[in-house]
Order: sequence, then C-alpha cells, then structure tokens
Amino acid sequence: MPEISQLSGPEAVRVGFYVCHCGTNIAGTVDVKALAGYAASLPRVAVSREYKYMCSDPGQALIEQDIADHKLNRVVVASCSPLLHEATFRRALGRAGLNPFLLQMVNIREHVSWVHLDKKAATEKAQDLVRAAVQRVALHKPLQKRRVDINPSVLVVGGGIAGIHAALTLAEAGKQVYLVEREPTIGGHMAMFDKTFPTLDCAACILTPKMTAVGSHPNIKLWTYSEVVKVDGYVGNYKAQVKHKPRYVIDDLCIGCQECIAACVYKEGKTPDEFNLGLSMRKPIYLPFPQAVPQKVVIDRDTCIEFKSGKCKKTCVEACGDRLAIDFKQKETFDEIEIGAIILATGFKTFAPERNPYCGYGRYPNVYTSLEVERLINASGPTAGEVILRDGKKPASVGIIHCIGSRDANTNRWCSKVCCMYSLKLAHLIKEHTGAEVFNFYIDMRTPGKGYEEFYDRLLDEGVHFVRGRVAEVSDWAVHPSEEGKLVIRAEDTLAGFVRRIPVDMVVLSVGLEPQSDAQDVRRLFNISCASEGWFLERHPKLAPVSTFTEGVYIAGACQGPKDIPDSVAQAGAAAAEALALIDAKSVELEPYTASILEEECSGCKSCISLCPYQAIAFIEEKKKAYINEVLCKGCGTCVAGCPSGSIKQNFFEDEEIFEEIEGVLAYA
Amino acid sequence: MLSRQPSASETSQAKFEPRIVAFFCNWCTYLAADLAGTSRMKYAPNVRVVRLMCSGRVDPQFVLDAFAHGADGVFIGGCHPGDCHYQEGNYKTLKRYHLLKRVLKEMGIEEDRFRLEWISAAEADRVRTAINQMVEKVRDLGPLNLELKDLENAYAEEVLV
Amino acid sequence: MKYAYYPGCSLRGTGRAYEESLLAAFRLLDVEVEEIDDWNCCGATTYMSVDELTSYALASRNLALAERDHSEIIAPCAACYLVLNKTQHYIRDYPDIKLVVNRALDTIGLKYRDKVKVRHPLDVLLNDVGPEAIAAKVKVPLNGLKIAPYYGCQIVRPYSTFDDQGDPTSMERLLEACGAKTVRYPLKTTCCGGSQKGTLPEVGLDLIHYLLSEAQKNGAEVITTVCPLCQFNLESFQKEAGERHRQTAVPVLYFSQLLALALGAPADTIGLQRGFVPIRPVFAKKEIAYA
Repeated sequence: MPEISQLSGPEAVRVGFYVCHCGTNIAGTVDVKALAGYAASLPRVAVSREYKYMCSDPGQALIEQDIADHKLNRVVVASCSPLLHEATFRRALGRAGLNPFLLQMVNIREHVSWVHLDKKAATEKAQDLVRAAVQRVALHKPLQKRRVDINPSVLVVGGGIAGIHAALTLAEAGKQVYLVEREPTIGGHMAMFDKTFPTLDCAACILTPKMTAVGSHPNIKLWTYSEVVKVDGYVGNYKAQVKHKPRYVIDDLCIGCQECIAACVYKEGKTPDEFNLGLSMRKPIYLPFPQAVPQKVVIDRDTCIEFKSGKCKKTCVEACGDRLAIDFKQKETFDEIEIGAIILATGFKTFAPERNPYCGYGRYPNVYTSLEVERLINASGPTAGEVILRDGKKPASVGIIHCIGSRDANTNRWCSKVCCMYSLKLAHLIKEHTGAEVFNFYIDMRTPGKGYEEFYDRLLDEGVHFVRGRVAEVSDWAVHPSEEGKLVIRAEDTLAGFVRRIPVDMVVLSVGLEPQSDAQDVRRLFNISCASEGWFLERHPKLAPVSTFTEGVYIAGACQGPKDIPDSVAQAGAAAAEALALIDAKSVELEPYTASILEEECSGCKSCISLCPYQAIAFIEEKKKAYINEVLCKGCGTCVAGCPSGSIKQNFFEDEEIFEEIEGVLAYA
Repeated sequence: MLSRQPSASETSQAKFEPRIVAFFCNWCTYLAADLAGTSRMKYAPNVRVVRLMCSGRVDPQFVLDAFAHGADGVFIGGCHPGDCHYQEGNYKTLKRYHLLKRVLKEMGIEEDRFRLEWISAAEADRVRTAINQMVEKVRDLGPLNLELKDLENAYAEEVLV
Repeated sequence: MKYAYYPGCSLRGTGRAYEESLLAAFRLLDVEVEEIDDWNCCGATTYMSVDELTSYALASRNLALAERDHSEIIAPCAACYLVLNKTQHYIRDYPDIKLVVNRALDTIGLKYRDKVKVRHPLDVLLNDVGPEAIAAKVKVPLNGLKIAPYYGCQIVRPYSTFDDQGDPTSMERLLEACGAKTVRYPLKTTCCGGSQKGTLPEVGLDLIHYLLSEAQKNGAEVITTVCPLCQFNLESFQKEAGERHRQTAVPVLYFSQLLALALGAPADTIGLQRGFVPIRPVFAKKEIAYA
C-alpha cells in the first residue's frame, strides 16, 4: 500500500474542503462551522470553507477561485448525494483546470442530516465521513472519460398512446424507430375508450390518425405481436433481440379484407373477445377491432380447430384464395436490432376487482368494471353503444363506485389519478345514453387539471348524484320491498352523517391502475428499477421524470405511474426529446470506472474470467496473462474483488482508495 | 407502530455506540439510503457508508480491514438476487459472504456483527430497519475486543490459505 | 398426523356444544387431535384492545407450546383463530413485537419459532378430510334440511386463509356432503351484533333481527355458525329481537353439531339439548333419523 507521505514533496497534496449548508437542510442538523473547523485541522487540507449553497454559481465559483489561489489539487465537497451533484462539482473542477476525478463527495444530507435528529451524533458522523474522504481523495488519480459513438436508432416498447406519440416524434425528426407491441394491434387502452375527458372528444377520432401514421411512416418499423426478449450493450450502443410470435397469417400477404373471418367454420364466435373484455365473442381467426393497425388478421391457436384436431375444412384458406396469406406452419422468428436509446411505454393494467370481496364483482352479473362500461358505451363495442345489462334491459339507476383498488390499505395505497375524472365522464355518458339516475360514491373528488373541475361542476348541474363515502358493500340483500331484485350499495354518507342504502340496477366499479403483471420481468430485461409498488422508477421524481438510472433508457406513460392521456403524451414527447438530445450528440462519454490488469502481478490463474458477466476478460495465451477489454467492461469491480493476487485495479475504486476510506471512517479511535 | 421503550437497565448502562462500516452498491442500496433521506426517515447514526459500484466489488479484505481498524460490525447492501445492475455481481457477493462468515467465526467474531442485505432502490424502509436492527444487535454484543496483533496473524494465515 | 388442539375458554363455557360435537365428528372421521397441555387465554377481545403486546405474548405462548410437538394447530373458536393468526402475522411483520414477545417467552423457557400453522376446523375438514370422504361416512343423511350458513367476521377478516373473504362457501360444501341444503344467505359475513349488544343494544338487536329474518326469508330452517359469540348472540336474544320486530324463533347450531349428527353421533352427546330454540321438532319434520 503506498504511503500517503510518498505523495508529499514538490507535488504535495493540497485539499480544498467545502461544506454546504443547503439552507437549513444540512446546517439544521449538522454543525457545519464545527465541521469546517474540523476539516481544517486534518492533514493536507489547505482550505476549508462552509457556504450556504455550494451547488449555486457563487458556490462553484468559490471552489474554482480557491483552486487557482491556493493551488489546490484535490477537492472534497460535503453536501448532498453524489448522485445529485457529483457531475456539477466535477464540472467546476474541470473549469478550473483540474481533472474532474480529483473530487470526492461526502453525502451529509441524505445520509446524515435528513436521517438523524441528534445534532452531536450527526456532526460526529459527518466528521468521520469527511476524514475518510480527505484521506481517500489524496490517492485519487486523474482519469479520462471514454467517448463512444451513438447509434441513432431508437427502440420504443409498447404501442399505446405514449409509445405511439414517442415513435412518431422520433420518426418525424428523421430517426429510425422500432416500435414493438406484444398485442396484434397498437392502440393500447386508449383504443378501448369511447370518449375522453373533459372535452368528450371521441377517443377513436383522435387516436386512429396517429395509429395509421405509425403504420405507414417510412421511419417506423412496426412490429406487433412481438416482444423484446434480450437486451445487451450500453448507452448509445444497445442490441436487442425481438421475438415475433406467429400470427399464422403472413403479414405481407394479408390485405385485411377479413373474408377469412366470415368464412371460418365457426358460424358464431365462441371465444371471449379480449378487446371487448369478454362482453362479446370472437372467432379463432379475428381482427382485434375494426381500426386495428396493422390491418392483419391473427389466428388464435388455442381455439382454432385446425390446431386442435388438424381436421378442419380450412374454409379460411379457401376464402383467402390465391393470396395465400394463411400459414398454419408459421414459427416464431427473431430479429436482432442495434439502437442507441430505448423508450419504455409499456402501460398499466386495471385492478382486478375480484380482489375486493365486498364490491360483488363476479358474484352479481350487473356489477361491471369501468373499462367494460367503456366498451358498452362505445359505438363499435359489443352492444353497438347501448348501455344495457346482461339481460338486455336498460338500467334505470346506476351506481358508480370510486377507488376500487385505489387508496385502500388492503390492496393498493396509491390514488390512480384518472378514476375520478373517468367516473364523471362515464356518469355523463350513461345518463346521456339511458337517462338513468346516476350515483357517484367517492372518497374525495380529485379533479386537478385543465378544465377538469369545470367538468365536475357541469356534472353537478346535470343532476348526477354524489355521495361522499367509501362503499362498504354491494349486495342483493333487500331490507325494503323497493330493494327487491336490485343491487344495494351501502355506504356511510360522510356529509349527511348516516349510513345510506341505495338500490340500483347497475354497479360500475371505477377500478384503479396497476403496474403490468410482468413489470418486474421487463425492468430486469432493460436493467432499470421499480418503485416498491412496481411502477418503473424515474431517475428523479421532479427533475428527471422520464430518465432512468440506466443511461439511454427512458420511460413514458403509465408504466411510470398512473396518468391520463395528456400526461402520457407529454411524457412521451419528453422521452422522445431526451432520446433525441442523446443521439444527436453523436457520441457519449462513459464513466471511466473500468478495471484493468496489472500485468506484472497477474499469475494467469484465470479466476477472474468466469467472474465477468460481460465476457470482457480474455486470457492471452502467449503471455499467460489476463486482459480486460475496456470497451466491454462496465465497471462493477467484481473481478477486482475476486483476484487472488490483487492484480486487477478499478479506476476510482482502487483497493488503496477504499482502504483509506474504511480506515478513515474508523480513525477516531 | 410500536416504539420500543428502552428499559431502565439499558438507559443506565454506559452508552456504547457501535461503529459499523457499510458497503452499499451504487444502484440499489445506496439509492435506497438516499431515498430514506429524502423521505426523512430516522435511524441510528452509527453506520458509515462506503459507496461502491456493485456489492460484488466488496473484497473480503475490506471486511477484515474494517474489523481490524475498529469496526464493531460490517454491513453489506446489494441489489436483490436477479436484480443486479451488473447481472450477477451480487451472487458473487453472496458466495464471499458465506465464506467470510466462516472465517470470521473462526476468528471469534460473532455472527451478528456481519450482515448482508438485499435492498432495492425503493426499499428505504428496509435500510432504516436493517440498520436499526444491526445497531441494536451489535450494541447488545458490546465492543469488538480483538487483540489487533492476533487478528493480523490470523488474517495473514487466512490470506495465505 | 396428529393436530394440536386449542379449545380456548368459550368451548369450555358457553360454547360447550361446539367442542362436544366437533370432537365427536373428529373421532368419527379419524382426525386425531391432542389438546395442548397447559394452554392459556388466547389474548382476544379485552386484552387485544387494552394491551396489544400482552395479547401477542399470550397467543404466542400457546403457539410456542403447540409447536414443540405439532406442526399444525386447530383453533375452533373464531376469536382464538383470528388472534393466533394475527399474532403470527404481526410477529413476522414487526421485529419489535417479535423481540418483546420472545423476551417474555424467554422468562418461562419458551421460544416462538414460527413453525406451527393455525388451522380452522372448516379448513381441516374440507381440505384434509374432504367432502367426499365425509359423504362416504354419513349415517344419518340430513334429508335436505335447509341451512343458512353464517360465518361471522373473524374467520374471514382480515386473514381469509382458506376461503373467500366476501363469499365464503366452505360450510356449504361440508353440510351439503351430509345431505343438507344450503340457502342463499347474503349476510353470511355481516356482523352478528355481538360486540354491540353490550354497548348499543338497539344496534345489536337490529343486526340480530336482520340476520334471523333474512335466513328465514330465504327458507332456512336452521342457522349454522362457527363462532361461540355469534351462536350465543343470535340464539339468546331472539325473544328481545322478536319483541322489536315480530320475529319468530329459528334454531342456531354449530355446523359441527349437524356434521356429528350426520356421522351418527348420538344427539345427547353433541350438545343439542343445550340450545334455547328446540331443534328436535325440525329434525322430526324433516324425518331425520338421528341416533
């Protein structure tokens, strides 16, 4: 281990120390004056200062000035998490002509002042951390970031409104876009809606043109019924493998005439239609909905007779005639693509109301989810836009229950954000379609947004009833003759102060939004994180809402958290802009934290080779030494820890640097 | 929930404040500790965090070095199995952890002084409870009284093996 | 496998009929149970509301005793079942509670290891014995006796481990295996009023009335329960509830009484004589030839 004294002499280490008050965020709990005084007493510290906001321009200027005035060659900043401002202070060093990696940050906000109450203990902890940083920084070496070229193509995963908008934005900017959607059509949830709040414009009218644009854009390669199965590489240079599931219809040959559907040996559909949520039936060969993009039919092998018995008359093939688009032998195929950035717009799923045993879903036929009612109201839906019950009758009274699977300690704690507004929309539409008495049962009415509160006011004027109270249960238990044959909603009306029983013909459950059931698999695939509820985690909740902790991977829409259409589109635009900013820079700098072999000490034992998940370590037979390919190395340091002869070093995390830090925090004794 | 009141005997005892060195990976546990901060959770001030890119960077020597220089406990935090930012660094950590546990046992260092936790970026609360638990346990064990000389001998032997 | 058996106080008091009939049914179905030696109060009701920690300590002593020789413990009383379950959940979820509980147990040389599974008799009968095995052993078919199955709150909420929280059906499946018919009963998990009867008697009586009248409206000749408090509450205040609502009487039994009867247990050994509302006229009407 090199002694620090070796570093003294003509090129003596001169450390500048800066502690940030962060207003009262740090200074309220850590005695910053004492900390600066303590740092000044440490060996090799030439300057020690405290300042209200180190990250401000004057704060940074202070460092730059000191570097010049005091010939500093190392800097320690004690402030917030390095993940927030390490880059800021590194730039300051750079401006002052010092290598940016001669900086060490001490996290005394997130790890000290915000998590401790006792000022004395917090200050002592800060002192330990500062001492460790001052010792460590002495060993820091100048490092250079690597620059790599960026592939200008972008992969967009998910073809809902967010994915569509991001793909179109990028394509319009002239970038090659791969849009991958796992369903047979793009459109996502928005395609299922009838109207959109608060303007009540028709969802299909505003979505379909965008879907068509995606389908025909020369810069967009649209892959539906496909999934990304493998992702490799790093920012600017990702490789992805895309699996195309067989639709048993050859994309290029199918013209979307749908004659095969009419000709299917099934006269009537027998399979619950996914797009109509099982409210209607479809055949084994089908088009998900009339405006589907692409207009290519798909065969469901689980219900198709040919797949079950091999003895079907294959009337569909007959109908297709010499177009020869149907191919029962189709196999899944794969494509490998190279892209510079990735946008994830994988959306959400709705809460399954069976999980709330008191709302009667699945037990009483006239209890519907909000999404099912969207389909009932929709003119292209299973009832051609008529709101009718399963027995064909028109409901005379309807209860809409908010917060099913939201704001509920037993299921999901979060507010799903869109339900109040879509419940108001459904109330309006149901009233318009049926003239029924409509009751909204809500906990709190949440309508922040442009034109949203006004829409609520409008509904109040339209005579929709609002009961403020969480519904206890939906049952068919009749106490009074007027309740016989009805569904009774029981709720405590917290404004009136008593329990109400309201009999209705139809119950609509305003189900909340949840992460997709495979969100965890997807985030592993793309190497990003999820928040504890399962939503994809953004890099910063306020200032980097569409970035992730993996450079070059962005998130947009409801996969990041519940949001409505305007927010999803705004995020999609933001993600597209972030991706453009990245790829238009043509090249990107990578952290220099890579590992390298100290050849003279390498014994050629090969222990390190199997430790590397990126195959970055090779063995050079002639020399009998290991060799690390710096381009492939991602800088985890696992091989460094595993080398028995200590002959691998990792930049910025060298053994000596870490030993100094360990001994530094413990040196009080 | 319940906040455990310290018993009279605990408060009257001379206050032993254990020193614990923690190695947190940059992508999961360090982020979780940051989140604990932004969420203003409160926990015991006894832990000093050393940030590494991956828990796989934790060289067994770091742990031994920490004990040798007066740490009363060592805590390693990494991503959950399957969630490693570097694919499988945390599996290597786990292997080394089991090996180290045996070594430490032979050196007479109690099991509770060495802990490995998988804590994802979202699990701030887990940072808080794990640190609090560990501090409690190490406080109960008391200071680690290793004769430094013996330790260095033992350490040298282990390294030779 | 032999199950540990935890009777709790009610089954030795107002709920004697529950224990008599349940143990008889277990014997006839070859379900082996062994009463925990030196069991104590489960920690329900008063303790739980006054001092939670003491309650967890009490419950965990029973669990610690059971897990010495057994991997599963049967707790027939709904309150015991809930408290034992709740204790396990809380000890798992809150390390502070685990610490305190084990400190308490340590003073009497016990340790809770979380090795024992808490089971309800319905769960054991349905999932370990099975309705087919029960049907095969029925000696006295219940001849379509119309039953309103009433579960109450505690065995389904909040830890519905073996049945649906809102619409449990295990009692239906068991009793139908014995030849009974169950009627639609939407109030099967609604509060019995047991807790209100002492503090807000009118509310309690209204609830009792709703439960009884809904059962009768749907054609039930008898209501079956799984909880000593529900049974006591629904049966004992029928006169008072009747005065308020012109309610006619309906027998309220433990499900186990009908089960044991169907399996051939003599009527006078399964507590049928203990009811306030006579059941024998109903059996006579249905021509049930009980022993």
